[in-house]
Amino acid sequence: MAELNQDAGKQKKGGKVRSKKNGGKVDLTAMVDLAFLLITFFMLTTSLNKPQAMDVNMPDKNKDKNELNPEIEIADNRSITLLLGSDNKIAWYYGQLASPITPPAVVDYSKEGIRKIILEKKAQVPQVAGGKDLIVVIRPSDRAVQRNLVDILDEMKITDVKRFMISKIKPEEVEVLESNGIYNEN
Amino acid sequence: MGKAKVKRASTAIDMTAMCDVSFLLLTFFVLTATARPEETLMVDTPASTTLDKLPDDNLAIITVGDNGKVFLTIKNENVREMALKNMSAKYGVAFSAEDYGKFKRLSDFGVSFKQLRPLLSLAPGDQTVDVQPGIPVDSTEELSNELYHWVQQTRLATVEYNRDREAEDSRFKNPGPLTVAIKADAEEKYAVMNLIIETLRNQKQNKFSFVTGLRQEN
Repeated sequence: MAELNQDAGKQKKGGKVRSKKNGGKVDLTAMVDLAFLLITFFMLTTSLNKPQAMDVNMPDKNKDKNELNPEIEIADNRSITLLLGSDNKIAWYYGQLASPITPPAVVDYSKEGIRKIILEKKAQVPQVAGGKDLIVVIRPSDRAVQRNLVDILDEMKITDVKRFMISKIKPEEVEVLESNGIYNEN
Repeated sequence: MGKAKVKRASTAIDMTAMCDVSFLLLTFFVLTATARPEETLMVDTPASTTLDKLPDDNLAIITVGDNGKVFLTIKNENVREMALKNMSAKYGVAFSAEDYGKFKRLSDFGVSFKQLRPLLSLAPGDQTVDVQPGIPVDSTEELSNELYHWVQQTRLATVEYNRDREAEDSRFKNPGPLTVAIKADAEEKYAVMNLIIETLRNQKQNKFSFVTGLRQEN
């Protein structure tokens, strides 16, 4: 296919004058290949370069120091609390910690772990709470890492839980993590 | 009966038009591609299935990594300069016109306000992560929590800048308030994250984004 015309008027002395007629055609296949390779590269880098943004909304903070921050009252049978511990583990309980409907149990971030529980409760709660949906309270401990928080927020999105909040962990909940051995340094 | 003659057509195809089109597209993509901005503090963000993208402009990114070092990126150069002006008045540190020019070119920084001038005097190649200990953050709203004031002054500067642009150019569409994003390392402890989230909440910046990578499967 390569048709680059190679002789350019080189003529032998005294010899016959040879004229090649089919000149002027250059094989462009390789050039087109290269151009498309570069197009692909630039197309992918422009669109994939942009990082993803996960939007988070926090509740308005009550900054009035005289007023003690009242705990937001939620029905016991509507809320599950996820305590994010170290070593990529979660302790979760259903209801209140003092009198839990389901006592704290340790799970991981996998499909069979936390997602199964959330989906189960999401189906169960409207039945016991008169049609009202599930509330998930996320309480990251100081020894949880950023990946855990992003994972759990992602899980909220995947399981389509509409009501969830990130709030501060309480000392008695840290004790739960400690007693389950998921409050370790590093 | 005569023999059927098989006509042999040439296999060569004229590629000229295809070549033209592909180079046109190539030129388009090269020109629209934006160079990845240099990042002083490299972090490995966690992955999520979120598909929303970060905006290009009107954005401030708080980068956290390397065991709690906090860096700030203000995307818009003019807003960056105005924020420095506001901060300079707040902290009583004066900057020369040359410093402002240098700060405009500095894409991100992670030093306390007192160390900012020495940082600006360094050559761009020497402004590495090793010489920048991070912006001071604590749980207060005092001057010691410098991140609090940087974010606040950037927000004010954004509003002012957008208003000025709107007054100058009637076609300019005001993009609204500043978007604040937190870009944290996957292994960053929540204790540090909590300080930053509370710093934002203290100034009623209750909405922000976590920068994440993309994960295909969930």
